[in-house]
Amino acid sequence: MPETLIFYLLSGLAIVTSALVIGQRNPMYSVMLLIASFGALAGLYVTLDAPFVAVAQIIIYAGAIMVLFLFVVMLLNAPQEDAAEWDRTHPLRQPGVGRFGALLALLLVVQLSWALLRTGSVEVPVAGAVDAETISSVRAVGRTLFTDYVFAFEATSILILVAMVGAVVLAHREGEER
Amino acid sequence: MELRFLVQLAVIGLTFFMLINASALLVYAERKVMGFMQQRYGPYRVGPHGLLQPFADILKLLFKEELRPKGADKWLFTLAPMLSVTAAFAAFATVPWGGETTLFGLLDDPIKLGVADVNVGVLVVFAITSMGVYGIVLAGWSSNSKYSLFGGLRASAQMISYELSYATALAAVILLSGSMSLRETVDAQAGFWFGFIPQWYVFLQPLGFIIYMIAGIAETNRAPFDFPEAEQELVAGYNTEYSSVRFALFPQAEYINMATTAAVATDLYLGGWHGPFLPPELEWIWFLVKVGIILFAYIWVRWTVPRYRYDQLMQFGWKWLFPAAVINLILTAAGVLYFNA
Amino acid sequence: MIPLSHYLIVSAILFAIGTAGVFLRRNLITILLSIEIMLNAVNLTFIAFARQHGSVDGQIIVFFVMTVAAAEAAVGLAIVIGLFRHRESLNPDAFTLLKW
Repeated sequence: MPETLIFYLLSGLAIVTSALVIGQRNPMYSVMLLIASFGALAGLYVTLDAPFVAVAQIIIYAGAIMVLFLFVVMLLNAPQEDAAEWDRTHPLRQPGVGRFGALLALLLVVQLSWALLRTGSVEVPVAGAVDAETISSVRAVGRTLFTDYVFAFEATSILILVAMVGAVVLAHREGEER
Repeated sequence: MELRFLVQLAVIGLTFFMLINASALLVYAERKVMGFMQQRYGPYRVGPHGLLQPFADILKLLFKEELRPKGADKWLFTLAPMLSVTAAFAAFATVPWGGETTLFGLLDDPIKLGVADVNVGVLVVFAITSMGVYGIVLAGWSSNSKYSLFGGLRASAQMISYELSYATALAAVILLSGSMSLRETVDAQAGFWFGFIPQWYVFLQPLGFIIYMIAGIAETNRAPFDFPEAEQELVAGYNTEYSSVRFALFPQAEYINMATTAAVATDLYLGGWHGPFLPPELEWIWFLVKVGIILFAYIWVRWTVPRYRYDQLMQFGWKWLFPAAVINLILTAAGVLYFNA
Repeated sequence: MIPLSHYLIVSAILFAIGTAGVFLRRNLITILLSIEIMLNAVNLTFIAFARQHGSVDGQIIVFFVMTVAAAEAAVGLAIVIGLFRHRESLNPDAFTLLKW
């Protein structure tokens, strides 16, 4: 019983905050709401016996990527210049468009759910046949990561290096300040 | 309600209560130690030897007017100190402060003294302290004032830079103990070499300990890394526009972060609560002694060395401390391989 | 005990919310945030299936997804900064130079 309650609480929080993220005028609020959504998702990972991934989600997503977003939103300082988008005459702000978009999103949910639920044996409890200890330990994750997936691991490290160099080069100012 | 559940609740409540008292005690200790180092008495008048000074400070702050600048963001201005102090308290959740004890035979099964024991405890502490950045950067931005903004940006850039060395020093300790749970790391440090040298990790990894302490001081924005709140340069940095309760939460968050860093350093490097002469029910006294020594070292460093300039601070973090932490990790890995092969 | 289908439906809803955000919002940063929502929805599906099949492979793929998302967010935001410097606007409709 408490498991069901926790699941509904966390998933409700994740869905509500994500829906609010795309509806906010001020990108600063969007970023803070998304952090709350990531926290709720980390909680869901803990209920799925993946504590290491949950903590990694907080460290990487909520602790690093969102800080990056926050810096960019603060430094660009364009939060209230959404006037063009929120103008009533903008084609995307007509009432019919908004409702049509919501209908299409609902259709997408139905489609995705239908596709996912056809993958067989989805009505069994997710805490299935395997004991939680074998997959929730960091040791198991590390062992598989460094033996079966070691090539992907090394390639990812080069990817991060490339992304770092690329970000610095792209954001570099040309010559002196204007 | 069975007895064990009640005792568990009492332990959690006691931890929370101790943390709040720790921040009050640190206010007093800092001013007394600072005073004695500057060859003067610290607070002396409020209560015997100034012991009631922190309460006087808090009462004064509570009675001040709650200001909010007109251009400040309504929600984020109030949310920022709440985020700071929540992250500070929550980080202590996986830090154990005592051994497993049956409380002098009161319980049937021993209970672990600490709020929670997760098998990724070290990472949880690191994750929640990295959430503490948000309180500062939001405070700086939402105050709508240039001193606050610069202070907030500098503080957050400093904190995320020193998180790297912090995590790498932690990784080296995890290599030694083979487990990410703080309780198991402490238990791996029980016992003695040659009968009298305790098996603490600080003897196996002196460089790691120094790196962790330096990164911890930078993470909590304490001197000599306290440029973001430099009282002499930036008015008061990110908390310039705050007053009364919202202001009081920031130094409280800072002191509790200090206490958490000292507690984690004690657990990882100084053998936690292990010490001679005491029964398991009272070993938390050794824990408090060790944490107290580290906190004294914190205050000592603050009032002894001058402050780093901001670019020197960032240069030190990226060019000196992080390579040293990586070298420490490589040497530790080599040592573990060689001696366990 | 919570059936797997519940987690999958939550993931589908999150993915649809992210997609709606990408299509309906006209602010570059909000579009990037919606992409992050979609990636998280996929992560949840991976972890749910990993738990059901009792293998750690799902968790490892989630690591790689997180790492790639971090790299993509960094480069994407650098591009947004470059675009903002050029046109002083975060509206995607302002960047119409390549249209015929």
